[in-house]
Amino acid sequence: MSPSLSRDDVAKVAKLARLRLTEEELTTFTGQLSGVLEHANDMNSLDLSALQPTSNPFGLTNVTREDVIWKSLDRDAVLAEAPDAQDGRFAVPRILGEAP
Amino acid sequence: MKTAVEIANDVQTGATTAVAQLDAAYVAIEARNAELNVFLHLDKEGARKIAQAIDARVAAGENIGPLAGVPIAIKDNLCQTGIPTTCSSKILEGWKPPYNATVIDRLVAAGAVPVGKTNLDEFAMGSSTENSAFGPTRNPLDPSRVPGGSSGGSAAAVAGDMTSISLGSDTGGSIRQPAAFCGIVGMKPTYGLVSRYGLIAFASSLDQIGPFSKTVMDSAVLLEAIAGHDPLDSTSLPEPSPSLVSHVNDGVAGKRIGLVKELYEGADESVINAVMGAVAALKEAGAQIVELSIPELRLGLSAYYLIAPAEASSNLARFDGVRFGLRVDAEDVTAMMEATRTAGFGAEVKRRIMLGTYALSAGYYDAYYGQALKVRTLTINAFQKAYAQVDMLIGATTPGVAFKFGAKSDPMEMYLNDVFTIPTNLAGDPAVSVSFGKGEENLPIGVQLLGPGRSEASLYAAARVLEIADGRS
Amino acid sequence: MTLPEGWELVVGMEVHTELLTKSKLFCGCENHFGSEPNTNICPICLGLPGSLPVLNKDAVELAMRIGMALNCTIAPSTFHRKNYFYPDQSKDYQISQYDLPINSNGYLNLPDGSQVTIERAHMEEDTGKSTHLGGSGRLAGADRSLVDYNRCGVPLVEIVSGPDIRSSEQARAYASELRGILIATGASDGRLEEGSMRFDANVSVRKTGDPLGTRCEIKNLNSLRSLQRAIDYEAARQVELILDGGTVRQETRHWDEGLGETSTLRVKEDAEDYRYFREPDLTELVPDQPWQDRVRAALPPMPAARRAKLLERIPSATKAQEDAVVVVIDLDLEHFVNAAADGGAEISIAVSRAANELAAGIDTLSNLTTDAFTQTVLMESKGELSATQSKVVLGELLANGGDPKKIAAEKGFEQMSSDSLGATIDELIAKNPDEWQRYKDGDDKLSQFFVGQAMKVTQGKANGKAVIAELQLRK
Ligand SMILES: [Zn+2]
Repeated sequence: MSPSLSRDDVAKVAKLARLRLTEEELTTFTGQLSGVLEHANDMNSLDLSALQPTSNPFGLTNVTREDVIWKSLDRDAVLAEAPDAQDGRFAVPRILGEAP
Repeated sequence: MKTAVEIANDVQTGATTAVAQLDAAYVAIEARNAELNVFLHLDKEGARKIAQAIDARVAAGENIGPLAGVPIAIKDNLCQTGIPTTCSSKILEGWKPPYNATVIDRLVAAGAVPVGKTNLDEFAMGSSTENSAFGPTRNPLDPSRVPGGSSGGSAAAVAGDMTSISLGSDTGGSIRQPAAFCGIVGMKPTYGLVSRYGLIAFASSLDQIGPFSKTVMDSAVLLEAIAGHDPLDSTSLPEPSPSLVSHVNDGVAGKRIGLVKELYEGADESVINAVMGAVAALKEAGAQIVELSIPELRLGLSAYYLIAPAEASSNLARFDGVRFGLRVDAEDVTAMMEATRTAGFGAEVKRRIMLGTYALSAGYYDAYYGQALKVRTLTINAFQKAYAQVDMLIGATTPGVAFKFGAKSDPMEMYLNDVFTIPTNLAGDPAVSVSFGKGEENLPIGVQLLGPGRSEASLYAAARVLEIADGRS
Repeated sequence: MTLPEGWELVVGMEVHTELLTKSKLFCGCENHFGSEPNTNICPICLGLPGSLPVLNKDAVELAMRIGMALNCTIAPSTFHRKNYFYPDQSKDYQISQYDLPINSNGYLNLPDGSQVTIERAHMEEDTGKSTHLGGSGRLAGADRSLVDYNRCGVPLVEIVSGPDIRSSEQARAYASELRGILIATGASDGRLEEGSMRFDANVSVRKTGDPLGTRCEIKNLNSLRSLQRAIDYEAARQVELILDGGTVRQETRHWDEGLGETSTLRVKEDAEDYRYFREPDLTELVPDQPWQDRVRAALPPMPAARRAKLLERIPSATKAQEDAVVVVIDLDLEHFVNAAADGGAEISIAVSRAANELAAGIDTLSNLTTDAFTQTVLMESKGELSATQSKVVLGELLANGGDPKKIAAEKGFEQMSSDSLGATIDELIAKNPDEWQRYKDGDDKLSQFFVGQAMKVTQGKANGKAVIAELQLRK
């Protein structure tokens, strides 16, 4: 598959990633990202259908912990690091829509 | 500058004190930090308390541990309670974590004294430490050149004789490459050997914490102190810390070592010469050299530059201005998150977040991310095949010596600098870079030794042979 | 509710249930409803940089219990990251099972004999909770929101049914039966009002025999009543829309309990691109046979089995008795019924008293011992107490506890002798000759009239059965 990354693609991706780009940045990033994707052509031309994907190098399984309660953080200390807090909670500007 | 082993011995025997060693470290740091920009934060008060406690315990006749009173520099992507931890990013400026990374607890338990946090490429994304929001770190050996990256600050701390040892993290070469550029020892351990708990993630399936030092022995002592299972990291290997120090002087007699074409081809002539010199030294020490070609390794770069950004795009989502760090105010929460991330992240971080977001997005996953995960399998299989024939592999750490600031302005050109280090991260295997020989302008060259998972002891033994052969006994 | 002739309703359910673990899914913070805001938080559930998740083993076992109770296949599974930015999601991704869930391909049999397939029952983490300031406390129109992460990271299992449900009543029965199962497994407390169990319904309509219609997902259904009402409303809305020449748009809709309406929450076109990928910080979950066997062995019997077992004791049970058994099992009252039956009481009376009087007094059930219940029902079975008297005694026991015999004595509930009852009946016949004539002519309904009158004059002391027996003697 030959990558042809458009400015629109980059703009869409920036929106998904909650980043704002200037027109100039959009141009620069489109070129740079296309370069990386073009390099990935060496990989994309291979038929690897027989291989399983590897997400983690060593296939550990069933790593769990016992259901034990530990000490939680001090709320005031945590909220002191927060950009904005009120009534023991983290404060944010208005939320535009329900969670997906 | 004394080695960590010497300092610990002197502190334990009372020949010196932890406080005196700490004071000396701060004198050395302050002598060059303004010029080199190695440390972003010094925790003088906290370190002094730890050092004083060690001295009191020594006075009471206690055995402190293998790193008794040894000052150590910490890469600023490791969380330390109450100490500013920035990842060299504006988005975390001023943030103080409420908890310690597991490695910090283990260091302190071993007697080490964390002196401060070192500069890095923002979120460990880079190969030169030029991507720090707080200015680049300069190479102590030649301040007109980069120290490598992303752990440039931790490498420079050791190369600049500020501390004998330091911690870095390696996702695609971020310990080995700066070790090579700064003429020191840098080990990327087996994935899961060192707990990642408290390491601010770049690419979770690739990241490993590891040691910098002047000597192979110090590297082994430090790694032994921080390695071993941690219940807070699900990907942590189940076994306790391996025995490394006792194997450093094992030598390489009878070992089969593969010289891998793909791990030096295309490098500068001086680098290739250094690799060949190292091969000769290992042969001289009794190793059997096997010339190998592993063409699959060439695909590593492409796979890496899709997998790492994909994971990073998700790992860095939490920097949204809600719970900690920077917030740039705006009308609504979505605009606030956008404004915060736009102002808080540097260009390289944005580039990789976008690349990763793209690689994971609907319609492209199979072509990019999915395919990259299969190349990862291919790489693992290729290494396994090689390790069926030989005990370890040898090649170059980097294509050239430390480059000048601004020399690699195109991102792809910069990424190509990681071509020899990336494959081991994909496989999760360990690799060590040890300084061997000199290149242009008498700058150091790093030779890389690679082995299968959990082979750190053998790698240290081979590195020790090269260290001696290069004239450092 | 019924749709116009020739139309069919199709519903699939997604039910989220919080698991009754001590700690959260990936950290050791307490899993507790109602704590002070942000007091059950740590670097992990708060998504602080550098923190890593570790899976709670009990949560896995409770999820397996749910799978077993729903006849699912339990298979090797993985966790994925579902990426989306939202302030109540501390990492801006949710860790959830995706293409390989722990439980799949099960089914649930409902008391009416119908079966609903279970596509999957997977594990995921809950989000935090937002409070909205300004704009009357609702999200829309608020100026500012406050976030509490106590709930963030609480273990959830999402149970996804096939589109097998054909009426709102069946949807309700499914939700109710599922709730009973979740409580029986020990996985959930089933508290709808606290949000520990939440329903989403995928509703579509079609002309009978047509392929599936476009569905709308209804959210915010936090009671069985809301679920049923919302489905009825939504089905009617869709049919009306189509009959008016419109088409149903695939969207998420919000149920407003006050207005009794659903309204658009989000249209499918602006659906997020979640960029799912394997969670690299967690390992694969491979429940081997010994582990599964251990979990299965600890699984208590499910409601259906308990109902069947209880019904075995009631030969040729009526529909009313079957319904009463459903209530008895739902409310976990079968030990009362069994104890009474074992003690020699009539089981049909025991079931009726449990399903009615005990169900009504469930909040003070702790005042009543099985022994006191047995004695009361036994007295009623022997005719020593009338039904009315028995209910009064149970009411008193539920309110204050005590000894049933003493309560009966204190209330003067000594059973009338058949002589004095016979005299009472004779008086009643004399006073109500018309009614007596109609009764004699075969209008059995009039027996209840005489029972009522007998109760009235004896102040509830008469036994209904004895009254009828006396009436029949005189017929
Ligand atoms: Zn927590």
